[in-house]
Amino acid sequence: MHDDVRRRIGIEVSLGHAEAVKLCNVDAIAAYPITPQTHIVEHLSELCADGEIDAAYVPVESEHSAMSACIGMSATGCRTFTATSSQGLALMHEVLFIASGMRFPIVMTVVNRALSAPLNIWGDQSDIMANRDIGWIQLFGNNGQECYDLTPMCFKIAEDHRVLLPTILNIDGFTVSHVVEPIETLTREDVDGFLPPYEPVLRLDVDKPAMFGAVGHPDVYTEVKKVLDDTLIASRTVIDEVFEEFGQRFGRTYKAVEEYRTEDADTIVFTIGGTIGEIAHVSVDALRAEGHKVGQVLLRVWRPFPYDDIRRVLDGRKCVVVYDRALSFGGPGGPVASEIRAAMYGRPGAPPIHSIVAALGGRDIRWRHIVDQVKQAQIRALEGPFPPYEMVGVRQ
Amino acid sequence: MTANLTNNFEVFAPRLVSQDEIFTSGHRACQGCGPATALRQIGKAIGRELIVCNATGCMEIVASPYPFSAWEVPWIHVAFENTAAIASGVAAGIEVLRRKGKFYTNHEKITVLGIGGDGGTMDIGLQALSGALERGHDFLYICYDNEAYMNTGIQRSSGTPFGASTTTSPSGKASFGQKTNKKNFAEICIAHDIPYVATASVSHPSDLMAKVKKGAEVKGPAVLHVFAPCPTGWRCGSELTIRLARMAVETGIFPLYEYENHEYRLNVDIDELRDIREYADCFEKRPYMESQGRFRHLKNEDEILATIQSEVRERYMRLRAKCANVSGGRR
Ligand SMILES: Cc1ncc(C[n+]2csc(CCOP(=O)(O)OP(=O)(O)O)c2C)c(N)n1
Ligand code: SF4
Repeated sequence: MHDDVRRRIGIEVSLGHAEAVKLCNVDAIAAYPITPQTHIVEHLSELCADGEIDAAYVPVESEHSAMSACIGMSATGCRTFTATSSQGLALMHEVLFIASGMRFPIVMTVVNRALSAPLNIWGDQSDIMANRDIGWIQLFGNNGQECYDLTPMCFKIAEDHRVLLPTILNIDGFTVSHVVEPIETLTREDVDGFLPPYEPVLRLDVDKPAMFGAVGHPDVYTEVKKVLDDTLIASRTVIDEVFEEFGQRFGRTYKAVEEYRTEDADTIVFTIGGTIGEIAHVSVDALRAEGHKVGQVLLRVWRPFPYDDIRRVLDGRKCVVVYDRALSFGGPGGPVASEIRAAMYGRPGAPPIHSIVAALGGRDIRWRHIVDQVKQAQIRALEGPFPPYEMVGVRQ
Repeated sequence: MTANLTNNFEVFAPRLVSQDEIFTSGHRACQGCGPATALRQIGKAIGRELIVCNATGCMEIVASPYPFSAWEVPWIHVAFENTAAIASGVAAGIEVLRRKGKFYTNHEKITVLGIGGDGGTMDIGLQALSGALERGHDFLYICYDNEAYMNTGIQRSSGTPFGASTTTSPSGKASFGQKTNKKNFAEICIAHDIPYVATASVSHPSDLMAKVKKGAEVKGPAVLHVFAPCPTGWRCGSELTIRLARMAVETGIFPLYEYENHEYRLNVDIDELRDIREYADCFEKRPYMESQGRFRHLKNEDEILATIQSEVRERYMRLRAKCANVSGGRR
């Protein structure tokens, strides 16, 4: 692909995303294939094979080793990338805490997919929700353009010396990752100007020996974890700055919490991820056309959780319908809904929050379903009762 | 006994051994710890142009209670089973940064060393090690073998020998302890046909250091399987570590050999293997098995001891037959 002029191209989102990784001058990639992430790592290996990316490409024997090798490469001072999905992310789980605990700014794309059993390769967000508490920054790209643009932003956020945290970019499996979309590309010069080279603070250096991953006895463990959490929360400032700078340079502005037709809305459809996020636009338009005051809020930054923005956009509404593509079994329903409830708890006049679990394991959800569900939720908000959560579309 | 160490003659001069301590005193290992002794010897053999990737286990715990460190070189610990993957990442990272002219230093050779115990290597870490060996990264992997999971309190591993009593292979009314034979780890590595595989023992420090050096210098992956008794787990006197290690070599329980250029070579060939039961002239006049509490329950189990003895001999003969440098060996 020509990287000297900005162009508008039609490309599969996975490949477009890999092209964006290329422009980020990564030094190191370790990966293991899993559907629906495969196209990303395949394309990256092609780009390496063609000399378009000058990086170590380590084709490891498992995802556990992929993340481990990434940690090793990042520890030597490499800008490091990997991608995975589902069972692969689950297999990495142990090592993910270590990457954040050791503050390595690895960037990983998670193409969201269901978890076994039953075996299911299709999209939902069970994988990332089971990895909610790993101490990584976690962003969502909802369509091809967002996945492309967020790629250099992820590196810039992760590698900022105020942050130095690993970062996940989530992309919904298939319905986003495998769709051909129009993408406005950036040039090499654009990305070089935006994303400075990675400058590690500490690395494995025989001239300045340091220990990584030492034993933290009870007298320090708490402090280390507190610093991690404080840093993760404070990374919001850097995330906002980077979103802002990107917008100024390239004209596409991103926000931690994005709004669609919310100005006077009394009901909010709250979504995370591209599959439901994109079709909910259509539902909102349809509801508006029928005279309902409905708007949509999209969550782009899942960690650090943007409490302030969420309160700002939800305060004073009459009904909030939160869509989750994952379920916290035996718990409060959808994981995002439970976070929203926590955010709004005790706020004067807090709106009722309906948790809807939908589109698991690749099950379709249509804009009409959302229209009906929102109408029902509005009635319930007035009359009750409303259950802890609803799993919609379940056949009896 | 014929020693075949003449090709390494120079390393016999103790004055040639580095006085520099890379793995320093002050760590928290038990008295007489074989693995800690091994680390000291390994550090001396490689020197300061070394990056250590350490698996979870005794040697990681005793060396790194924050803010202290027993290592005077850069060191990283990530988890239990992924040390070889970490080491392959470090090796790949150094290589690519060098190629791109972005490496922080001009040191010509930096050794990337993976270290794990028998559990972290032969059991849970075997997949990562196999993957790393297959991909051919330039690193040295050393398994220090104390024949059990010592860090979690003496559980059996696939390196635990037949008959040993551990907390998960206890001897009891219906059991004589570990029921399987020690996994042939070196042979598994050799099957990857990598440039260098060797066994070594803390009882033969010159041989061990020479092999560490060789493994570090070889281009591509190298593996060293180091026998390192653990008084705590073996329930023996802490002064017996080196003696027991030596006896393991002399009985044929842990033969010292190398695999290089597709050939096996015995480093210490023994015409007359010592008997695991009747090693009368040994220190304290006690044979190999008897001086260890983990085998105490076998004292009057003549049949089991005889089985172990013949198995040891047979294994040794099979190995000897493969070795190019001993009579009767493959020429
Ligand atoms: C995934 C995982 N399972 C279990 C453990 C617990 N664990 C820590 S060290 C260890 C035993 C280590 O044994 P070995 O590798 O033989 O080394 P040694 O302790 O003997 O030095 C175990 C089981 C762990 N840290 N991680
Ligand atoms: S338990 Fe064994 S291996 Fe662990 S430190 Fe003590 S002597 Fe060394």
